Amino acid sequence: MLELKNVYKTFNPNTPSEKRALNGLNLTLEEGDFVTVIGGNGAGKSTMLNAIAGVWPIDSGSVLIDGQDVTKLPEHKRALYLGRVFQDPMNGTAADMEIEENLALALRRGQKRGLAWGIRSKEREEYKELLKTLDLGLETRLRAKVGLLSGGQRQALTLLMATLKKPKLLLLDEHTAALDPKTAAKVLELSDTIIEEHGLTALMVTHNMKDAISHGNRLIMMADGKIILDIKGEEKKKLTVDDLLHQFSVASGSEFANDRALLG
Amino acid sequence: MNLDIMALMRALPGSIAQGLIWGVMAIGVYITYKVLDYADLTVDGSIATGGAVAVMMMLSGQNVYVALICATLAGMAAGLVTGLFHAAFGIPGILSGILTQLGLYSINMRIMGKSNQAISVDKYDLILSLRDIPKAMMVSALFCVIVIGVLYWFFGTELGRAIRATGNNENMSRAQGINTMVMKVIGLMLSNGLVGLAGGLYAQYQGNADVNMGRGAIVIGLAAVIIGGVIFGKLFTNFALRLVSVVVGAILYFVVIAVVLWLGLETTDMKLISALIVAAFLAVPHLKGRYNASHVKRGGKENA
Repeated sequence: MLELKNVYKTFNPNTPSEKRALNGLNLTLEEGDFVTVIGGNGAGKSTMLNAIAGVWPIDSGSVLIDGQDVTKLPEHKRALYLGRVFQDPMNGTAADMEIEENLALALRRGQKRGLAWGIRSKEREEYKELLKTLDLGLETRLRAKVGLLSGGQRQALTLLMATLKKPKLLLLDEHTAALDPKTAAKVLELSDTIIEEHGLTALMVTHNMKDAISHGNRLIMMADGKIILDIKGEEKKKLTVDDLLHQFSVASGSEFANDRALLG
Repeated sequence: MNLDIMALMRALPGSIAQGLIWGVMAIGVYITYKVLDYADLTVDGSIATGGAVAVMMMLSGQNVYVALICATLAGMAAGLVTGLFHAAFGIPGILSGILTQLGLYSINMRIMGKSNQAISVDKYDLILSLRDIPKAMMVSALFCVIVIGVLYWFFGTELGRAIRATGNNENMSRAQGINTMVMKVIGLMLSNGLVGLAGGLYAQYQGNADVNMGRGAIVIGLAAVIIGGVIFGKLFTNFALRLVSVVVGAILYFVVIAVVLWLGLETTDMKLISALIVAAFLAVPHLKGRYNASHVKRGGKENA
């Protein structure tokens, strides 16, 4: 489904702020895998997602989606395969456009955009039905500007947009980190539902170890731009936060020094 | 000082006609400044290019409409250059526009052969002229209506909405598969095409094309956009109405200029007045925001 082969990426090469963000990263996802990704700050979690999405070119290695080598494809072309939700709720939607316009943009992800009218009337019915499933009252506000919505509403909408046209792979980049706990839980639950319903393959970066354990069928831990731990199946089901902390110190040779990860 | 109110009244129709012509230009500025969120300084050059192309073509015996179409195309070419500077070569937006604008000065001189080319309404079949203000008002108003209509349609299409999304949020747009570079180039071409058209109209209105006719044009365009936005921003949320408010903003700008002239200032003072008007109108939303923030009434975020 997804294959990352020996991916390297260094930011600001040959400068004092040089940072090797991905360091020979290898990862293979099976169809239907829902993988949670944890790791300390600067471990390369978001960088991995950005490398998959093609936000910038990688230094070496290759990225394959569904057997297709997309390493050389620019970000907007890879969008055909990917649904993405970002950490910042402001990032996933166009604030000055209406809810239905945002959805219509998402419905045409990866398609050629020509001079046909941007929204067909039968789409609206579909959008209403979908928005109803969010249970946020958005189904009556199709013409409202997205900028008027709360962070949680925007994130839920982004999630809907990311999966409106079924993606080969869903990338969730700490998409609940900027939300209050209650909203975060709701968005997370919604993510679960959508992933299960559509049988999506997904990568979810999180800072919260409990979430990482309780969601998905596979968990990977990153450090220094590499995967240091990969737990799946039955083994993952039995996992506890203490196990993880222990495994981390064994695998990386250091303590998991991150308050945010511990508090979750 | 003797202030004759009738003199002002006589000047106003001309101001309205000018405002309508510059309204076409200001709509172009709206596309870059508001829709694309891109401060494009190409327009100071491309408006003169439009004027130069239109006048030279008419002088060589071409039909006025053909001349206007070519003025539009010339403006689009200028926008294409700025777009490529920015999108393909990574030059910052404002600088890209400045480079094109500077280069256009030489090109405009080449087109005209000298710094000013007159075209007489007596000898040529112009569609508008300051000799016949009511007609000039009607013709330029018609152009505004057509431009607004076409743009309203265009920005409702898939492509048009993709351009708006690009101006709103580039990250999101790319994530939705939109080629943001291409969208910016198209937007810049569209914008400068309209500016070139306005140049062709304005050259006819004043009876000549001048290599300096675009100096400070961006400020006039911004003034129109901002005045329109400050006055009608809350009222008009529909896209077509927002464009109408830009045209009204342009008219108001020229009315203010007429009043200032009537009060006895020199025409050469106009650049300073223009700059001050734009600065004042830009400051209003900012100061209002600060006031609202310090006086705890629920203000909501400015999202114009």
